[in-house]
Amino acid sequence: MANPTMTLIASNTVGSGGVSSVTFSSIPATYTDLVVKVSARNTTATLDCYINFNGSSSNLSRKVLYGNGSSATSGSGSDGYVIWLSQSSDTANTFGNAEIYIPNYTSSNYKSFSADSVSENNGTTAYQFLDAGLWSSSSAITSFTLYSGSNFAQYSTFYLYGINNS
Amino acid sequence: MTAGATYVPIATQTISGTSTTNVTFSSITNAYTDLVVIFEGATVAQVNDLTLQFNSDSGSNYSYTRIVGYGSGQYSDRTSNSTSISITIGSPGTQGHTSILHINNYANTNVYKTMLLRTSNTNYGPGAIIGLWRNTSAINAISISISGTTYSSGSTFTLYGIASA
Repeated sequence: MANPTMTLIASNTVGSGGVSSVTFSSIPATYTDLVVKVSARNTTATLDCYINFNGSSSNLSRKVLYGNGSSATSGSGSDGYVIWLSQSSDTANTFGNAEIYIPNYTSSNYKSFSADSVSENNGTTAYQFLDAGLWSSSSAITSFTLYSGSNFAQYSTFYLYGINNS
Repeated sequence: MTAGATYVPIATQTISGTSTTNVTFSSITNAYTDLVVIFEGATVAQVNDLTLQFNSDSGSNYSYTRIVGYGSGQYSDRTSNSTSISITIGSPGTQGHTSILHINNYANTNVYKTMLLRTSNTNYGPGAIIGLWRNTSAINAISISISGTTYSSGSTFTLYGIASA
């Protein structure tokens, strides 16, 4: 049997006071794909969470589709806007969930990635957010940073997994 | 198989050159509970959707529903009695595309087979697709095809098995 995969590379749990960003660096090139699992909440009234790769916010673009419980909207942008998280105005103790899938992260081709997120809330409005992202760079991804539109709240968690195709 | 030995790579295919129009995973065993297929890549021209068939069945036994965002708008559509399932939202084109396909309970011969897909076309937009294959046979082959163009060199297709125990 081939080796089981989906190996935990690193994790980060936000402590008291929160942090504005979380960085995974020195990512080994020994996997095929990367998966990031997020449970997080922003400390102010913003859903925003961005990504950059290798310390650069350049050459990022996206197409998105989101729904708020009553309507769906699509949009696009030239930035690293990647997932939506629960915000300070949402139900207390409710953290948004997200998964970011980055295939072939060491390839010399441009890097496409897929992200799904929810910002749940016990109210009439909660969001689902789908992202088709592209980093137009031939560089292998060796690090990335997720940064909040404000701060990630205490107890937010970020797990980075590597997946092998052989 | 040991407990917890999940997300196991079964096979991967990397496209070489620019003449390939079909990728098939065959001889899939019943050793797993669910299957996951990851497609990452592009096509030489932006023409048609990638399409999926199981067990070489080209009959009108497939149906699927899509929800799509294309930057300036969004829609949902439904196709029934189709000869395949579209697994991309628009043609990948040259810019790059990621699709993540989940086929749960693929070996259960008591049920028709359903699938869940998240597709991210960085040129067109993101989408989610659900699909049905009206057949109770265990899935032993998965074919993913493109018409009117070819896969770009370097595109990858990987099949994983998920075991419940």
